[in-house]
Amino acid sequence: MHTVAKLVDTSTCIGCKACEVACQEWNDQDFTISGFDGSYQTLPDLEHNFWNLIKFNELSREDGQMTWNMAKYQCMHCVDPGCLRSCPAPGAIFQQKDGIVDFNHDLCIGCGYCITGCPFDVPRLSPNSKKVYKCSLCSDRTAVGLEPACIKACPTNCLTFGTREDLIQIANARAGELKQDGHAGAGIYNPEGVGGTHVLYVLKDAADPESYGLPKDPKIPWTVSLWQGPVKWLGNLLFTGGILGAFFHYLRYGPKPTGDEEGSDA
Amino acid sequence: MPSDVEVTRRGFLKTGAALATTAFGFDLQPARAAARELKIARTTQTHSICPYCAVGCSVIIHTLGDRAKNVKSAVVHIEGDPASPVNRGTLCPKGISLKQFVVNDQRLTEPLYRAPGATAWKVIPWDEAIDKMARRIKDSRDRGFEAKDARGRTVNRLDNVAIIGGCTDTNEINYLLGKFRFSLGILTYENQARL
Repeated sequence: MHTVAKLVDTSTCIGCKACEVACQEWNDQDFTISGFDGSYQTLPDLEHNFWNLIKFNELSREDGQMTWNMAKYQCMHCVDPGCLRSCPAPGAIFQQKDGIVDFNHDLCIGCGYCITGCPFDVPRLSPNSKKVYKCSLCSDRTAVGLEPACIKACPTNCLTFGTREDLIQIANARAGELKQDGHAGAGIYNPEGVGGTHVLYVLKDAADPESYGLPKDPKIPWTVSLWQGPVKWLGNLLFTGGILGAFFHYLRYGPKPTGDEEGSDA
Repeated sequence: MPSDVEVTRRGFLKTGAALATTAFGFDLQPARAAARELKIARTTQTHSICPYCAVGCSVIIHTLGDRAKNVKSAVVHIEGDPASPVNRGTLCPKGISLKQFVVNDQRLTEPLYRAPGATAWKVIPWDEAIDKMARRIKDSRDRGFEAKDARGRTVNRLDNVAIIGGCTDTNEINYLLGKFRFSLGILTYENQARL
């Protein structure tokens, strides 16, 4: 089955933030009032009610001028999601067959392990509901064949929605165009450390994704792998063993004598 | 006494297996989550034009409610219209926030009048507002109408009134506006689309 994906062509992003507003509007989220901290960025970071941030990464060019490396910052919908791996509540985080990683907030217990497990630092805990929120890739819209809200709004065709295979082709073609235009280091960002992502980027400088605020080699933290792998099974074994031990102890030795039968006569 | 309870080997294994798959989370089958509800699944779609700038992007207004007599409809979502050659479904950050423009406590729903010298706006009925506007247009026209120019040629023009149109004006509105303009002799007209 084909999986769906988003493509972000950072070379054509003009920082208009239509995708941010579209996301807020579609998901009926309130707008957070923020102070001015010297940046054109809407907010310094993602919030539990703000799932899509255009990062205005300021860089100085070789000629001394300032330039922006715009990057859309949201859930990457990893092929091997760290949040899903670390989630202890069955069904609270799930990966659909089309690749979308989504949360079911009825089942979320608000433990926050997914925040630790996410290599991109995306999920955010709501102080009100004590549950974790993030981009759902508009799974409600994609389920009926509509594109995600951010994709639809984008006026510069910087964002594209389609099957992952198609988008990888488009991204490679676009990177080739950028190379011909003099950006020798152009390439796509599809980190292998998490098995690839369902949000793909075309970067003008693919060797330095950190200049776009993207981690260079994201990996699921080893603590999560250990916790959800051997330690979990060991814990389950001890847990089951303890109950079985108590059970067999009961079968072998019976209930603990309380001494009442002898003591009551006295 | 409980110590007399007999447990067969088969029964024990069955119970153990059932416990293992339910209580301890050994069953790692991915749970199917309830689908998110599409908030525009049952809406009426109305095509319109974004009122902000001169580009004139087309939008679809999604209204909840089937327009039955006892139902008050509500605008729940506005997004770009892919059928428009102007924007092909896209919108700018201002346009995509149009729902807040429609569903807004601060929106003006009745005419306001501020008398000359007054400091506060006063709510007036529509009839009064239209009468006031008609009165002013007539007075201005009486003052400024020019039937013949300085060289005696018939011009029938009105130079002290101007018309400005907006990007959301439809063909029909513009047709009526044109008739209105020619009937009064207004020469100066401008459209926001040139801004």
